Amino acid sequence: MNFEFFFNNLPELTITGLAFGAIYALIALGYTMVYGVLQLINFAHSEVFMYGTFAMLWTVMALGGREADGIKLIAIMIAALFAAMLVSALIALVLERVAYRPLIKRDAPRLIALISAIGASFVLAELMGLRDRIAGWLRLDDDLSEYVSGARINNSMAGVIEKPRWDVAGVSISSIDVLVIVAAVGMMVLLDQFVRRSRLGKGIRATAQDPETAALMGVNPTRTIQLTFLIGGLMAGIAAFLYMLKIETTRYDVGFLLGVKAFTAAVLGGIGNLRGALLGGLVLGVAENWGSAIFGTEWRDVIAFVLLVLILLVRPTGLLGESLGKARA
Amino acid sequence: MKNRFTAMPKPVKILIWVLLALFAYALPLLEPPIISTPGVDFGGVLFTVSIYCLVALGLNIVVGYAGLLDLGYVGFYAIGAYTVAILTSFHASWPLLLAIPVGVVAAMVSGIILGAPTLRVRGDYLAIVTLGFGEIIRLVAVNTEWLGDTRGIKNIAKPPGIGGEEGWFQIPHLFWGDGTVLLDSDDKTTFLFFGVLDQIPYYWMGLTAVIVVLIADILIKNSRVGRAWEATREDEDAAELMGVPTFKFKLLAFATGAFIGGLAGGLYASRQGFINPQSFLLLFSILYLAAVVVGGQGNRWGVLVGAFLVAYLPQRFRDFDDFRVLAFGVALVLLATLRPEGLFPPRRTVRAKHLEQELEELEEGAGGEESARV
Amino acid sequence: MSEAVLEVQNLTLKFGGLTALDDVTFRIDEGEILGLIGPNGAGKTTCFNAVTGVYRPTSGGIVFQGSSIVGLKKHKITQQGIARTFQNIRLFPTMTALENVLVGADAQHATGMISALFRLPKHRREEQDGHDRAMDLLRFMGIDRKADELAANLSYGDQRRLEIARAMATNPKLICLDEPAAGFNPAEKVELMNLIRRVRDRGFTVLLIEHDMKLVMGVTDRIVVLEFGRKIAEGSPSEIRDNPAVIAAYLGVDEEDAS
Ligand SMILES: Nc1ncnc2c1ncn2[C@@H]1O[C@H](COP(=O)(O)OP(=O)(O)OP(=O)(O)O)[C@@H](O)[C@H]1O
Ligand SMILES: [Mg+2]
Repeated sequence: MNFEFFFNNLPELTITGLAFGAIYALIALGYTMVYGVLQLINFAHSEVFMYGTFAMLWTVMALGGREADGIKLIAIMIAALFAAMLVSALIALVLERVAYRPLIKRDAPRLIALISAIGASFVLAELMGLRDRIAGWLRLDDDLSEYVSGARINNSMAGVIEKPRWDVAGVSISSIDVLVIVAAVGMMVLLDQFVRRSRLGKGIRATAQDPETAALMGVNPTRTIQLTFLIGGLMAGIAAFLYMLKIETTRYDVGFLLGVKAFTAAVLGGIGNLRGALLGGLVLGVAENWGSAIFGTEWRDVIAFVLLVLILLVRPTGLLGESLGKARA
Repeated sequence: MKNRFTAMPKPVKILIWVLLALFAYALPLLEPPIISTPGVDFGGVLFTVSIYCLVALGLNIVVGYAGLLDLGYVGFYAIGAYTVAILTSFHASWPLLLAIPVGVVAAMVSGIILGAPTLRVRGDYLAIVTLGFGEIIRLVAVNTEWLGDTRGIKNIAKPPGIGGEEGWFQIPHLFWGDGTVLLDSDDKTTFLFFGVLDQIPYYWMGLTAVIVVLIADILIKNSRVGRAWEATREDEDAAELMGVPTFKFKLLAFATGAFIGGLAGGLYASRQGFINPQSFLLLFSILYLAAVVVGGQGNRWGVLVGAFLVAYLPQRFRDFDDFRVLAFGVALVLLATLRPEGLFPPRRTVRAKHLEQELEELEEGAGGEESARV
Repeated sequence: MSEAVLEVQNLTLKFGGLTALDDVTFRIDEGEILGLIGPNGAGKTTCFNAVTGVYRPTSGGIVFQGSSIVGLKKHKITQQGIARTFQNIRLFPTMTALENVLVGADAQHATGMISALFRLPKHRREEQDGHDRAMDLLRFMGIDRKADELAANLSYGDQRRLEIARAMATNPKLICLDEPAAGFNPAEKVELMNLIRRVRDRGFTVLLIEHDMKLVMGVTDRIVVLEFGRKIAEGSPSEIRDNPAVIAAYLGVDEEDAS
């Protein structure tokens, strides 16, 4: 155990932890909202995020991000952000249509819905992981070799952007970390306001609270569910973009671990609760970063899982309690 | 057909079961074409099938009978395997027959330790907690030198044979030529020597474990314990109000499942002789779950078929091995959306479903009339 | 004076701001059929739920056969001798009628994994005993010919009867029936009331919720009336029939007007 390192680097560790936590929180939103409305763990949401990271990566590659700088680079990055959001949202909507709606219609048990979600998650991840083979069948592998090669290893965009570090009162802060935290928290605040104030948002909350009454009051349940998946997808797309800025590599199975952690964050904060997702994400990110400083980075993932188990035991409804329906949302 | 079978006198039924079991034991010696796996040792494939059957039976108790979704079942399997590996090779040199019971108990105890706090939380949280548990077990193995870290553990003990390397006697295999079937005097299996080349004795060991567990499963299901599980799965509150200590029985299901998982892991480690954390990926938990769900959770025979499919198909069609996970993903989605009760649901579920549908149709009819009247 | 089986003492139960039970006190004596009546939402089911351990009272006591059962686990309360049925039928749909009753009978059994696995004498004895008791009760309720039918496949009336059989199988001292005649036609209701009398004659004490006043009057020994969570009257059927507060509660007029 290395407490000296921990105490000497506490500010840096906290800020990187917050940056990770902000990304968890953005992904956690997707879990939390779908759970709030459908009581379903959307196991495949991690894949929604994963596709977002590839959309970002490939957009940067296709637009020549490696050679660009200045305004052009910024334009490319904005395009990449929109690509990631678009792709993630699309995948989320397809998921809803293919893997869940048939089940919701039949009012299938939740266990079955979860199994469908797990299946969909594996299909999506494997399609990405086997893209070289699939492209081979379609005889596209020559044209797309840059994109489909290395299907089962890390795909990197390192070096595309510079990441200046700032020195604030003797603490070295990564500009990207700050960007990630500000962007994520900003998005969450916007979303929170949207769900609380807009008509569509109220529809979501009404459906979460009492689907039947909401339907009687003219809230279209299918539309509401779609909207929930759409918002979750958009947020996962933003998370994917920020993640790629920070980490710069992705892989076909990157979603799994991040997904589990984001779900942990959602449970931590109180599933179904938007502000809880933010709080849970930040707490988890920081705890993980502190923990790995103390126990060693190889224990990082163990820390997250242990935290999840502990939280569920001590406070099964999470830090802020569960409520998408309640006004606290 | 099933009814005709149930109507038969008991001795006839027992005879049929014994014959079936004998056939199962003889399968790798017969090496029937089509079924047997070209390019891969058939005995080895059958051993894998038997381990999957064992695991599926265990997981079926947890998921199918008690209705608890466990996504970390591989964790118990790993605990059984690692205990056996440590005790017979890495840190001690116990005989296998002593190490396996310890491994099984270790798995069961870990099941109780994990279950006691978590079985109180909501059902779908349990899925995530168990998933976390499976990963923690693997990551601990990866990070702990004492457990051989990523390099794993070698030289795990083999089961003791009978009569040394020569065994008691040798059994020739069948050879299927063009239109002829011969006894193959070059290809023999020694009874009973657990070596490296011939996998058939391991299959016999696995099959024996499956049969024992299967009988235990039948005895338990058809008792107060089985009824308590089913009642808890159907309506936990009502079960509790009828005097069923549901928490105790859920924990019992969890521990029983862990017990069987640990046994499977121990047998696997012994046959393999070598284990490392790669053998215990989350993927396996999902494959086991696929076996249970595909077969039809709650029906032990369906679950065995599911295990056979999951273990056998990728070996038989090895070219498609890379696509195995994709195929199971597709299978899970299709099953969930088209046939949620699995390929072979328990007969009663079918009957109940059927009636439910009829009732629903009736109700709809009645509702229609009513609104017409208004 | 006969022994009190159950004493509910100043029972109060709140759901957030809503007081579902407000300082309710009553007792049930051995061998009695006590009716619990009141308009919709009066708190009758909530009272059952408090007695059977589903909800923990906000304050007040529940004493069963001389000892407090507040805070006990649901299955412990059942094992001590209180059984119930549900206003909305809650059978185990994938189990047969016989198995449903066996689950109830198992409340008094102790067979565990080991005795089941090795078919020890305990298992055999309890299985035999449970089976005999279950078949006897199914016969008593007149549904023994449906023993091997899945609970989900029974007719509505038979499902209600099966719920009573299942509750009786736990071998309770006190059996609580929550609107057992709901949805029955008048003839069926009369038949059921006769059956409830016979249930009492078998030595069970009965706590009965029922909406149909005529039936309640006919079958019960004493009646407790709830309205808005408060006990507004208690007494013999004839006393209740003439009680102005009860008439007001049921007719929805102000008490002053009624008197
Ligand atoms: N779990 C709960 N949470 C909040 N309020 C509840 C809950 N259960 C019951 N209530 C409320 O408590 C009050 C009493 O309900 P209860 O079900 O006991 O009435 P009841 O007398 O059984 O009526 P009915 O004749 O309709 O069955 C009602 O206002 C009901 O809405
Ligand atoms: Mg009621």
